[in-house]
Order: sequence, then structure tokens, then C-alpha cells
Amino acid sequence: MLDLAKYDSLGAALRDALEHWPEEVCLIEADRDHERSRLTYRQFGEAAEPLAAALEESGFAAGDRAAIIMTNQPKWLISAYAVFFAGGVLVPLDYKLSAAEHLQLLAHSKAQILIVEYPLWRAITQAPAFREHKLRTVLVTEAPPNADLAGGVRWEEFRGPRAPEFRPRTRMDTACIVYSSGTGGHPRGCVLTHDNYLEQCAAVTPVFPFWPGARYLSIIPTNHAIDFMGGFLMPFTGGGTVVHLRTLRPEFIREAFTKYKITYMAVVPLILKNLQRGLREKFAALPPAKRKMLDALIGVNRALTRAKPRPGLSRMLLKDIHKAFGGGLRALLVGGAFTEPATIEFFHDIGIPIYNGYGCTEACTAITLNDLQPFRPDTVGKPVRGMEIRIVGPDADGIGEVAVRSKTVMSQYLDDPELTAETIVDGWLMTGDLGRVDMTGHLQLFGRKKNMIVTAEGKNIYPEDIENNFEGIAVKEFCVFAANYIWPQHTMTGEQLVLVLHPEPGHSLDDGLLKELSRRNAQLLNYKRVSGYVVWDQDFPRNAAMKIRRAVLAGQIGKQLDRSAMVSL
Amino acid sequence: MKTIEQTTDEILNLAATHFKFPRAELQPGDDFYKKLGIDSLQALELLTRLENHFGVELPDYEVQGVSDFHTLAMRIQARL
Repeated sequence: MLDLAKYDSLGAALRDALEHWPEEVCLIEADRDHERSRLTYRQFGEAAEPLAAALEESGFAAGDRAAIIMTNQPKWLISAYAVFFAGGVLVPLDYKLSAAEHLQLLAHSKAQILIVEYPLWRAITQAPAFREHKLRTVLVTEAPPNADLAGGVRWEEFRGPRAPEFRPRTRMDTACIVYSSGTGGHPRGCVLTHDNYLEQCAAVTPVFPFWPGARYLSIIPTNHAIDFMGGFLMPFTGGGTVVHLRTLRPEFIREAFTKYKITYMAVVPLILKNLQRGLREKFAALPPAKRKMLDALIGVNRALTRAKPRPGLSRMLLKDIHKAFGGGLRALLVGGAFTEPATIEFFHDIGIPIYNGYGCTEACTAITLNDLQPFRPDTVGKPVRGMEIRIVGPDADGIGEVAVRSKTVMSQYLDDPELTAETIVDGWLMTGDLGRVDMTGHLQLFGRKKNMIVTAEGKNIYPEDIENNFEGIAVKEFCVFAANYIWPQHTMTGEQLVLVLHPEPGHSLDDGLLKELSRRNAQLLNYKRVSGYVVWDQDFPRNAAMKIRRAVLAGQIGKQLDRSAMVSL
Repeated sequence: MKTIEQTTDEILNLAATHFKFPRAELQPGDDFYKKLGIDSLQALELLTRLENHFGVELPDYEVQGVSDFHTLAMRIQARL
């Protein structure tokens, strides 16, 4: 792999990668039952450099921002490479957001250029806020012939005739602005530098090395810090291959393992649980004698791999299961949200090495990682190289807020000095997660200190961000909380959102209002919906600026109401 | 050509069978995530069953943000 200490920017490291492994395959684009394309590093460069040239000719200057809204596919990485080559700042946005949210984040990020897939662009052009967009150039990929691009130009035709000029950046320049979450008035745009990424990549690669022939299956959206690292920077700087699937149907994910002999895949807990369910169903369908035999082999494997993984042995003992995973799988990396120990244990018992970790976008992906030596399903592992962890304000059990200091910590939240000052205190990133470091240096997590939830898909949701959706309902005042923020449970799973309703004096909640709440709730994407409501009959505490004092209110509710007061919505 | 009612009815039948859910309790306006208690990947699995049944192909993005049977039926109907 490349020695990343030598480089000042992602653009420079990636450019060298292309020269280093010209004939190795860097990208495979697969779709359902066929392969769409395959690119070598040389061909990747031939696709990306004319795009970089056209960007430069269009007036795109070093430090200018270009947003990408695309599903996982080669054009995502080709575009990102071109932006870095031209000295730009990348703003990767989650393609699963709504069109209105896309427009909001585009405005917040002040991106001049947008690179977007046609179906997503079509949705954006139909949103009311579209007329106010300030994008200078929109590059639309895969638009059908004769499609109305609403001012956009075809990505495939946006090519400069001359060779582009490589624009060097320094390590402290911004590489990306990544939204860790937050729309609805509170966008949290993490400003990450080239140094943040190069340091993180150098720290994680020794644990998960890439080489020509190693293959990463890219499932988590590439805008997410995990896939950007595992499905772009790490494989490219090691000469590996990224396999993109144009569908996320579980059956095609399973097929891809064997078809492409995958070496690594990063998953969010939701995907892992789906894989687990599929395997369990298969095990349950076995004839009793075979099932008994399988259980015995799993027992043997479990006993022999407790101290450290023994992939060769596990593959021999549980041949059929490993065949289904392609036979060359070195690690399934799970992150983005908390994974239940039972799920991790299930995979470990069948000899599939699951590396669970803990991280956040603000720290540029991984903070801790389990090294499986020995296997510990109850922790998120030890700090990765270069990470310092401190537990702030520990209670009698040693549990306090996890704070992190490292070269990978973001420089700031974009245009939000107040939130930045709350989050980075004396150089320490306050994660808002509650944890404890045990005698062996492993970090254990026990819930959240801040009012937020993380879904099994790895999405951070700040309750206040979804309050907009309930604006104007017929109550005196209302707000949304994470149920665990009001009623701490010291748990990281099964998190829910709760709507707190303060009716007008003398009024109760009538059917009309409840129907309206259900209707508004249904407008939200399924993972953002509130689970229920509680009725609160006192005025919300507010500060001089009339903002709700959420911590005080949560404390009052928690004291006077039980979690069982929550009525399902 | 099937009517939208027929399409919706067939979707409800298939969902009930696939997720072992009482058919009588499913309505076109239901939120399938909530009613069936499924996650987004299970919803994609259901989609594959529906594609096979109706002989259509729906890209993943067509169902992004869709959570009720009726809207799903309309998306499928548009491709029949």
C-alpha cells in the first residue's frame, strides 16, 4: 500500500494510486444478475481526468465545493476523484434524504456544483425550494435520452479536451463537508480536512490491509464516513477493488459474496441482522440429524476461536456456511450504530470474523475497534492507533461521557461556532455517548448523554430536527425527545422518539388531533417517525430567547411521568 | 390489464403470505413497516417477491420513501 505519510492531500494520494496499479481492477459495477462494467486504475483515470478538466474550465476553483447525491456506483468515485484533482471540497450527501432535505443541505453547504443521478435530480426539481437553488452547474448522470434536465447538463458529456491541472492542497485544507445528520434547521456539517482522512486511513489500514485482488463490497451509502473510507480511500491506496451493487436487495448482496469472492464488507447492524435471519431460517430448515451435526460443529468452532480467530479452521469445520460467504471473507466490519452482542456472537460462533467498532463522522469514522483477541461481544473494542479516549465526569460505576482526541477529529461544524464550541472542548471531541473503559482498555457503551438516537441503519436523528413536521398542530406547545433521554435505560438499542404535547388549557386531545398527528408522522421517512406521545400539562421551561430548555424539561418529565405513560402513535 | 384494486389486492395477499400475517387485517392504506413490523431490508425482500409475481422490475429508488401498500401498488401498476 501507499505510504500515506508522504502525501498532503487525498487528491495527491489517489493520483499516485492510479499510477501505481494501472492494470489492476479498481471498480466492478454489478447489477442484479449481470455485471455492468469493470475499470482498471488506468481506465478510472481516463474517465476522471476529462471530468476534472471540464470542472476547471467551468471556473471551478481550488476550495470550491461540489456536492454528490448518488447511490453507490463507479461514477460516485470517479466524480469524487475529479473534484479532489481540481482542488475542490467534496460535499457527499445521503441519497436517501428527501428532495427538500437535499435542497436544504445544498444551500447550507454553499455547493456550487452538484453531481447527481437522474431519478434523484428529477425529484429535486419537483420540490418547492428548487426555484431558490444557487447551484452554478448540475451534472446529471444516466439521464434517459430527451429527458428534461431542468438546467442540468449530462455528466457523460461534461468532458474537457485538455489535460487537467493537478491542484495541490495542504493537509489542513478542507477535504469534505459531511453531514452527520440534521436537517430541519440544524444541519451538522462536519468539516473534515485532508489530514483527518489521511491519518484515519493510515491508522485503520494495518488492521484491514488491501492489496491488488482484495475486494470490498460497497453496501453502506458512500456518503457515509464508513464507506468513504472502506469503499474508496482504503482499497484505492492499497490497489484493491471496490464492488458496487446497483441494488440493495438482500438476495443479491448474498449472491455477490460468492460471485466476487469478497474480502471485506462493512455493514450497519440492520444488514447484519438480515443476514443472521436468513441463516437462521436455513439452519431451521435442515433435517434434524444434519441440524444436530451443525450445532455440534458450531460448538467446536466456538470453543476453538475464543482466544483469536482461526479462519482456516472455521472454514474447514463449517464449509457450507463459509462457501455462502464466498470463501475468501477476511472481515465483516460492523459500525454506524450499536450492534447487539447476541448478533455479533452468532456470527463469531460460525467463524465469520465480525469486527465491531465505534466511531462517528466528527472523528472521521473509527474511534475504537475490536481486534477479536480475545473475542469480546460486550465491548466496542480498543482505541485505534492515534486515538486518545477519556471518560468525562464518571459516576460511581466509571460511566461518563466519552471524549476523543486525535488527528482525525474534524476542525468544526460548518458555519456553527456555537455547536463547535460545545462539541470540541479544549481539543477533545465530546461524543455525547456514555461509556466506560474496562481494565483491558476496551470501551463499553451505555447509552447517550445527548438528545439523539441512532437507527440500526446507522442514521443519526436529532429529535428537534423533526419538530418542523409537526408545526401548527392544535396544541399550546410541543417538542420531540429521544425516549432514552427522558428515561435513561443504559441501552444502545431499541431507541424511540417521543412527542411531548402540551394541550391548550382546558382542551384534551381529540380524535381530529390524533389523526393529524398520525398523518404528519406518516409523512416522515419510516426511520424518523415518533413511536408515541405523552401529554404534559405544564408550560415548557424556556430561556430568555424563548428556546425550550430541553434538558430541564426532560428532567421534569422523567421525574413525574413513567415511560409507560407513552401512548403509541 | 389489471385494475389498481386488483393489483393492491394481490400485493396484500402476497405480503400476508410472505410475512405470515392475517390477510383480513391488512388494508391498502396501511403503513407496511408498522403493520407488518418489518425493516427496510425486509421491505426490499417483499419487493422482489412482488416483481416476480407481476413480472416487472422496479429499481430500488422507485420505492424509496414509499411506506403504504396503495402507493406501492400505484408504482407497480405504472409498469404493468
